[in-house]
Amino acid sequence: MKHLATIFASSLALMAAPAAAQTIAITGGKVVVGDGSPPMDDATVVLRNGRVVAAGINVNIPADARRIDAAGKWVTPGVFAGFSRVGLVEVGAVRATNDTRAADSVFSAALDVQYAVNPFAAPVAVNRAAGVTRAVVSPGTGNSIFGGYGAIVDLGQDSDPITKARAFQFVELGETGHRRAGGSRAAAHILFRAMLNEARTYARNPSLFDSDLMKASDAKALLPVINGNTRLLVHAESANDILKVLDLRKDFPSLKLVLVGANEGWRVANEIAAAKVPVLASALSDLPYSFEDLAATQSNIGRMKDAGVTVAIGMINDRDAHQLRYSMQYAGNLVALNKVPRATGLTWDEAFAAISSKPAEIMGMGARLGSLKAGRKGDVVIWTGDPLELSTQVESVFIDGVEQSLSNRQERLRERYRNPAPGALPKAYDR
Amino acid sequence: MEWKALLAVVAAGTLVAGCAATAAETETASASAGSASKSAAKIAFPSTYKPYPSDNIVITGATIFDGEGQRIDNGVIFMSAGKIVSVGGPESAIPTDSTIIDATGKYVTPGIIDIHSHLGDYPTPSVAAHSDGNEATSPVTPEVWAEHSVWPQDPGFSRALANGGITSLQILPGSANLFGGRAVTLKNVPARTVQAMKFPGAPYGMKMACGENPKRVYGGRNRKPSTRMGSLSLTRQTWIKAQDYRKKQRGAKPPKRDLAMETLAGVLDGDILVHNHCYRADELNQIIDMSKEFGYKVTAFHHAVESYKIADILAKEGICSAIWADWWGFKMEAYDAIPENAALLQQAGACVVIHSDDENQIQRLNQEASKALADGRAMGIEISDAQAIQWITYNAAKAMGIADQTGSLKPGKMADVVLWNDNPLSVYSRPEKVWIDGAMLYDANDPSRRPVSDFELGQPGEGDVK
Repeated sequence: MKHLATIFASSLALMAAPAAAQTIAITGGKVVVGDGSPPMDDATVVLRNGRVVAAGINVNIPADARRIDAAGKWVTPGVFAGFSRVGLVEVGAVRATNDTRAADSVFSAALDVQYAVNPFAAPVAVNRAAGVTRAVVSPGTGNSIFGGYGAIVDLGQDSDPITKARAFQFVELGETGHRRAGGSRAAAHILFRAMLNEARTYARNPSLFDSDLMKASDAKALLPVINGNTRLLVHAESANDILKVLDLRKDFPSLKLVLVGANEGWRVANEIAAAKVPVLASALSDLPYSFEDLAATQSNIGRMKDAGVTVAIGMINDRDAHQLRYSMQYAGNLVALNKVPRATGLTWDEAFAAISSKPAEIMGMGARLGSLKAGRKGDVVIWTGDPLELSTQVESVFIDGVEQSLSNRQERLRERYRNPAPGALPKAYDR
Repeated sequence: MEWKALLAVVAAGTLVAGCAATAAETETASASAGSASKSAAKIAFPSTYKPYPSDNIVITGATIFDGEGQRIDNGVIFMSAGKIVSVGGPESAIPTDSTIIDATGKYVTPGIIDIHSHLGDYPTPSVAAHSDGNEATSPVTPEVWAEHSVWPQDPGFSRALANGGITSLQILPGSANLFGGRAVTLKNVPARTVQAMKFPGAPYGMKMACGENPKRVYGGRNRKPSTRMGSLSLTRQTWIKAQDYRKKQRGAKPPKRDLAMETLAGVLDGDILVHNHCYRADELNQIIDMSKEFGYKVTAFHHAVESYKIADILAKEGICSAIWADWWGFKMEAYDAIPENAALLQQAGACVVIHSDDENQIQRLNQEASKALADGRAMGIEISDAQAIQWITYNAAKAMGIADQTGSLKPGKMADVVLWNDNPLSVYSRPEKVWIDGAMLYDANDPSRRPVSDFELGQPGEGDVK
């Protein structure tokens, strides 16, 4: 009975608007700021007006604060999924619920995921309950090398998921780019240059724009990319493709490049570092899935980091709509590499930063998101233990300072079938 | 009880597939009348696997999970001539003339076993030229054998060994077809030929599929099955043919060899184990009823994401669920998957196997088991670490019909052993050494004990830690 009551309450919470941000003091926990600094024991995190006020030892606790005792627990910033498709997919194979790519659209760069992200999609709630609070959401590519505008989102239970719309443009310049452009990397690169040049033409006189290559909307969408106002996330895996991406700056010096994937990044880590191009990399990719991934190794991120590359963990084409909750496991695995001779991993502190402050920083939002420094948005998770360890559970999640429901379909199904046999009435009456 | 009976049949039947002539072989041969064509099929493509040379090894001081649910602290394990000789606590006698490995603070498990893999059949690079896992040209292809597609040079085998401690694995044909063909069990030992990887004496499996995949593949071509009822009708019609074939096999005038029917008759005889890809609880139950109609037994439902809804039924029927820890949402029949599936099955007394079906997660099957364990504990189901290890060792071996030879650290069994640098249920743990039949085939400290496939030779990244 008690259980039913709890569940009923939490399902109501799901439907209701979330409570307003309170002043909250989370006390006594092991606090991870997320910026790569080591955890602090017996520390306090204070949230007010949806933002972090302070995180540390000897922090002043406002008198009106709701106190949450986190003794014996870990307190961290919410996990920031560095690259994902969360909210764009309900069921992968059910096309009508899958908004990752618009294969038959007449548009490309102009597509904008902010209109597709569904904050009520089940994967949002499932990953929120696992401690993921923010995510980079990228479109895939359909009929062109450009996929359109991606967004930064929160995984909160409210109806507005968008933290930053049009946060970046996404382009494929590896094997997928080869395919989208018509069958060669040469085609992908000429298409890239031609589309950016057409966009410049558009900028000179929009009313006269008439292109065989693209719609005016697509041209317009590329303008902030050319002038460096909008980041350009480029998916490339092989060392050679990465070098060709870095070369784009010769023709388009203002491009604000971010590499995505970069399975062979370690081979050209010095070049990436010198170009000051950050990377949202796959963490555990170690197979030659394709000829663009021949040198893939789990040591990739560690080696790039050691070479001075700013790198965060992202998931590209890797259950990226449903399993953002793998972020912690992936980060933990990079820590595990430190004990494997000849492998290069991350320290625990670096690994957690790679799923919190680093993605925020790479997306130009480090001053607002991704860590428990004063002034950042109040995204906080309380865990039963080390957040990177498989046995750890999430106790509480705050997004923008608002405590979130952790209820979701999976939890409801679990409770319904805790005892599988029907009782006095069929299972359909048990909720 | 049913399980034991089944395994007995299987053990008898399968030794024929290997090269050793045993009492069991004689028994089987005399037991099946008119089986000239049947035995001809059975000796085809025999295993040529031979264990590599091994030393006398003693591992001391480790925490041992024996694979059958027991944990031994500060344990001692002794292997010799490729077999486990003894496993015990700190009081165990330590044989002389052995290499002694001090594993204080470390962990030992049996070799990890993946019951569901497509390595070799869908190898990397995952290019179209390598797509050999689905004979998607007819919904009924029990005549195809997965081993005839396996590319032993798949780089995935080495990753599974080095990162996952995988020592045995079952390669299944894909799920496009209602009858996908025969599965093959391999030892994860690099070889020039697949025969040299074949697990000696392992029974064949047969892959079946229900649900979305067959109806999508064939319905999309306007062929049967385009619906679940179409699938069931075609499957039942095929079993009727198989029953007829089997009857004729046993008659005075055996029928002409029919590869498809040989496989199905092998199932009806109990020699070939059924591995049925099936997701939804309602469909699992349809398949159970069908198996009863035709007198065979489903050994394991694979991908059974809704097993938890009928955990009591599966426990009663003695059918294993080979499942992921937490995959969900990729298709409609995976929408109700929950991460507590394994724990709920365990609670109901049903057989749990954690599988990968994936060239990445096969490298972390220990972590998948760990997640499933943690989610169970979080809902209040008490499962020990040692029991969770059983999901990826003994239970897998049992459902593959090889538990008499591997899957746990029992004297006389193959010395398939993993030494982990920490608790394998921790994210921070990795295999340090892996022995297969007592031969050390991976050592994290020794770059020369790391297989590099032909494909990787001379390529960027050759011999890297991966």
